[in-house]
Amino acid sequence: MFELLGIPPQVLMGQLLLGLINGSFYAVLSLGLAVIFGLLNIINFSHGAQYMLGAFVAWMLLEYLGINYWWALLLAPVIVGATGIVLEKLALRRLYHLDHLYGLLLTFGVALIIQGLFRNYYGISGLPYQIPSQLSGGQNLGFMFLPNYRGWVVVASVVVCFGTWFVIEKTRLGAYLRAATENPTLVGAFGINVPLMIMLTYGFGVALAGFAGVLAAPIYSVNPNMGADLIIVVFAVVVIGGMGSIMGAIVTGFGLGVVEGLTKVFYPAGSAVVIFVIMAIVLMIKPEGLFGRNN
Amino acid sequence: MSVSDIQAPVNERRPATAGMPMLHKAIFAVLFVLLAILPMLVYPVFAMKVMCFALFAAAFNLLLGFGGLLSFGHAAYFGGASYVAAHASKVWGWTPEASILVGTLAAGLLGLAIGALAIRRQGIYFAMVTLAFAQMVYFFALQADFTGGEDGIQSVPRGELFGLFSVNSNEALYYLVLAITFGGILFLYRIVHSPFGQVLKAIRENEPRAISLGYRVNRYKLMVFVLSASFAGLAGATKSQVFQLASLTDVHWSMSGEVVLMTLLGGVGTVFGPILGATIVVTMQNYLASMGAWVTVIQGVIFVLGVLLFREGIIGVLSKWLKRPL
Amino acid sequence: MKKTILGALTVASFGLPAMAQDNIEVTLGVLNDRSGVYADLSGEGSVVAARMAVEDFDAASKGLDVEVISADHQNKPDIASNIARQWYDQDGVDAILDVPTSSTALAVADITAQANKILIDSGAGSTQLTGEQCQPTTIHWTYDTAALAKGTGGAVTEAGDKKWFFLTADYAFGHSLEEETMKIVEESGGEIVGSVRHPFPATDFSSFLLQAQASGADVIGLANAGGDTVNAIKQASEFGITQSGQSLAALLMFITDVHALGAQTAQGLVLTEAFYWDHDDETREWSARFEEKFGSKPTMVHAGVYSGTMHYLRAVEATGSTDGDVVAEWMKANEFDDPLFGEGYVRKDGRVIHDMHLYEVKTPDESTGEWDLYKHVSTIPGEEAFLPMEGSGCAFANES
Repeated sequence: MFELLGIPPQVLMGQLLLGLINGSFYAVLSLGLAVIFGLLNIINFSHGAQYMLGAFVAWMLLEYLGINYWWALLLAPVIVGATGIVLEKLALRRLYHLDHLYGLLLTFGVALIIQGLFRNYYGISGLPYQIPSQLSGGQNLGFMFLPNYRGWVVVASVVVCFGTWFVIEKTRLGAYLRAATENPTLVGAFGINVPLMIMLTYGFGVALAGFAGVLAAPIYSVNPNMGADLIIVVFAVVVIGGMGSIMGAIVTGFGLGVVEGLTKVFYPAGSAVVIFVIMAIVLMIKPEGLFGRNN
Repeated sequence: MSVSDIQAPVNERRPATAGMPMLHKAIFAVLFVLLAILPMLVYPVFAMKVMCFALFAAAFNLLLGFGGLLSFGHAAYFGGASYVAAHASKVWGWTPEASILVGTLAAGLLGLAIGALAIRRQGIYFAMVTLAFAQMVYFFALQADFTGGEDGIQSVPRGELFGLFSVNSNEALYYLVLAITFGGILFLYRIVHSPFGQVLKAIRENEPRAISLGYRVNRYKLMVFVLSASFAGLAGATKSQVFQLASLTDVHWSMSGEVVLMTLLGGVGTVFGPILGATIVVTMQNYLASMGAWVTVIQGVIFVLGVLLFREGIIGVLSKWLKRPL
Repeated sequence: MKKTILGALTVASFGLPAMAQDNIEVTLGVLNDRSGVYADLSGEGSVVAARMAVEDFDAASKGLDVEVISADHQNKPDIASNIARQWYDQDGVDAILDVPTSSTALAVADITAQANKILIDSGAGSTQLTGEQCQPTTIHWTYDTAALAKGTGGAVTEAGDKKWFFLTADYAFGHSLEEETMKIVEESGGEIVGSVRHPFPATDFSSFLLQAQASGADVIGLANAGGDTVNAIKQASEFGITQSGQSLAALLMFITDVHALGAQTAQGLVLTEAFYWDHDDETREWSARFEEKFGSKPTMVHAGVYSGTMHYLRAVEATGSTDGDVVAEWMKANEFDDPLFGEGYVRKDGRVIHDMHLYEVKTPDESTGEWDLYKHVSTIPGEEAFLPMEGSGCAFANES
C-alpha cells in the first residue's frame, strides 16, 4: 500500500470523509449567511448564536416537551427563523439605508446577548443530546468506521443546500427575490410586497442556521459557546466563496471542510488557521471570491 | 452612506490649524488633574487598566473615525506588542521604557506589513483581511515557544525606569503609565488636527476627488494604519508592564471586538469618546465581574441600543447638543 | 493583623506572656472555574468545602475570624492574576485556594509569592508548580501529573496494554501529563506509537480519534481533563473504537466526569484519584455532609480544598500570623492525619505527599447507586507516587 507523505491511504480517506462531514456544517451555515448577505446586504454576525439556538431549541423540545429529533429537525428551524423575523422587523429594518457596518454591529450585539443569556442559565459544560436510535451504530467502510449519524449529516446538508440553491436560482420565487434586492422600488411597483419578502428571506437564512444547530446537537455537545468560534470561520468561508454567491458558499463550505480535514492529518496545529490563510490569499488575488461576481 | 457619516459634527468655522480650542484644553487639563489624584481614590492597577484601554481605543478611533477604515484585527497590534514588551523585560532584562518602545515598534512593523496588504481592498473586504491576519497572529501566539501558549509570558519584572527609578510599586508605575497614555492621546490629537489630518478627512469624505487632486491616497491610508497600529501597540506594551503578563486574551478576536465596542459607545470620530468608552467598558467588566455572563449580555445590549439609537456615541450626542466638536 | 500586633504590643508592654486576646482576621479566596469546562469538578463545590473546613475547625472559638470569598477565573491566566493581585492588594485576602487549570495556577503562584501570602492549589496538575516554577509559598495538594502517570500509566502498561497513542490537550497541563506518562510507560516496558495534540478546549475529536485508531495502538491515553475527556470518550464510543478492541486510558478523570458519562459508557475505565467518597467510614461521613450542603458527592479537588484549609487554619492558629513564609514553614514542619487523605505531610518544595489510589469504574450491574461508580484496585504509597524532590528543578528546595 503506497503512503502519501507517510500517511497510509486509509487514514487519508478517513480524514477526507470526516472533513466532508465538518464541511457539511460549514456549507449549511455559510449558505444561510450568503443568502442573507447576497440578497439583503446584511452581514449577519448573529448567525453563530442562531445556530446555537437551533441546537438548544432541539434540546429543549426533547427535555421539556418530549418532542423527538425528527420533529425537532422541522420545528427548531421554524422557531429560530421566527426569532430572526422578529429581529428583522424590530431592528434590522431601520438600518438598511446605512452602512453595512451597522448591521454587523447590531447582529454582533444580538449574538452577545443570546450567548450571554444562555451561558447564565445553562452554564458552559454542554448538555447531552442523544443520537436518534434510528441513526445509531455505523458502517464499516473498510478504511474507517463511519457512524450512521455522521453519514446522515452529509446527506441532509447536501439535500438542503441544493434545495435552497434550486429555489433561489431556478424558480420564480427566487427570481422575484433576486430582482427585489437589485431594484426594490421597481419590483415593488409591480405589486410584490418587497419588505415582506426581505423579512421572510432573513427568516429563512436564520432558519438554515437553526437547522445546522439541530444537526449538530447529537454530536457536538449543546453548549452556549458552540457558535462563537464557528462564526468567524463561516465568515471566512463565505468571503472565500464569494459573498453573494449561493453556489459558491455551498461548494466552498464542503471544500474547506475537506481542506481542514487534510490539514489535521499533516499539520494538526494549523487546522484552525488554514482557512484564514486561504481567505487572505483569495482576498489578495480575487477579492470578490472564487465564485463571486464583481458588482 | 459610508463610515464617515458616523462622526459627530466638526466645527467648520475654525481652521484646523488654529491650535487647540479652549474647551478641549480645559477638558484635558481637568482630566490630567483628576488622573493625577486618582491613585488615592481607586485601586491604581484598575486605573492603569482604564488608561491603557483608553489609549487603545483612541488609536483605533484614529483609524476608524478619522481614517474611515474599520479594522477587525486590532488585537494583533495590541497583543503582539504586549508579547514583545513582556519578552524584552523578562528574557532580555530591558528596562520598562525600552521594552515598551520595542513593543510599540514591533506593532508598527506588523501594522506596516498587514496594512500594506489590507489597503488594497475596500470596505468589508478590508475588514475581513485585517481579521484574517489577526487570526494568523493569534495562531502564531498560540504555537510559538516564546509566547508560552496558554500560559502566556508570566512574571514579567517591572524593573527600573531608565535604570534609575524603580517602578515596582503600583503608585510609581501609575505615573509612568499616566505620562505615556496622556502623551499618546495628545499626540493622536495633534495628528488629527494637522494638515495630515485634513487630507485624511478629504479622503474619507470623497476618495475619488482626493485622488483627482493629486493626493497619493494609498500612502495616506497606510500611514494612518501604521500610526493606529503603533499606538495600539504602545497601549498593549504598557499593559504588559502593568499586569506583568502577556496572554492569548490580548490577541484574541474578542479583544478586537471590545475595542470596537469602546469606540462606538464613546463616539467614533470624537476626541474624548474613546476615553469615555474605555472607562465605561473596563469599569463595567470590573465591577460586574461577579455577575458572570451578565456582563456579556449588557455589552450586547449596549451594542444594539448604540447602533439603533446613539450612533454617534455618548460624546457624539453630547457634542451635537453643545454644538461643539468633542 | 493590625489588631494582633497592637494586642501583642500592649500585652508585652505589661510584661505578661504574649497571648493575643483579639481575633486574627483571615480571608480565604476560592479562585476557580465557575462556568467553564472545570466548573463541575471545582466551582461552587470548593467554596462549600472551604466553608465546611472553617466550621469544623471551629475558627471562632480559636480566636480566628475567617471569611470565605470566591471568584471565577474562567481558566484564563490574565483574569486569574488580576483577581489574585486585587485580592492581595485591596481585599486583604490571606490565602488563595483551589485554582484548577495549570496556566492560571502558575500565574497565581507567582503573584502569591510576591505578596507573601499562601496558595493552596488543589485543582491544577502541572508538576511545574513544585518543580521549575516552585515558590516557597505554594502548597500543591491533591494530585499532580506525575502521580497520575505513575498510577494509571504504570498500571495499564503492566496489565498488558503495551502500545500507547496519546491524545493530548495542547496546553501546559496536557503536555505535562503526556510527558510524565510517556516516561512511566517506557519504564514499564511499553512503547509509544504516536501522539496528537488537540486544541484546548475542543468539541470534535473525530479526526484525532481516527488517527489513534490507525496507529495500531493497544491503548489510547487521554492526556486531557473535564469536558474534553468526556467528549473524547463519548466520540470514541460513537466511532466504535472501544468495540473494536482498543482501550481508553483516562489519565485524569474525576467522579463528576464518570457520573456525566454514566456507568454504561465508562465501565472498565481505569483511573487514579486521591480521594473517593466511598473509601472508608471517615470519607463516607464527610461526603454525606458535603452532599447535604451541595447536592452531589465531592470530587478529590473539593476534598483537597477542605483538607488544605484545615491544615492552613491550624498553622495560622499556631503561629498567630498570616504571613506567607511563616505559615508555609509551619505547614511543612507539621505532619497531618486527615480524615479524607489519611496520613501525609507537606514537603519542602510544597508538594503534599499522601497516598494515591487506583480505581476501576464499575459495570452497570455492579453499581448499586447513582454515585456508586468505583471499585478500588490498589493503593500507591505517597513516597512512590510523586516525583522525588531532587532533580525536580525546584531551585530553593534543593539548594540546602
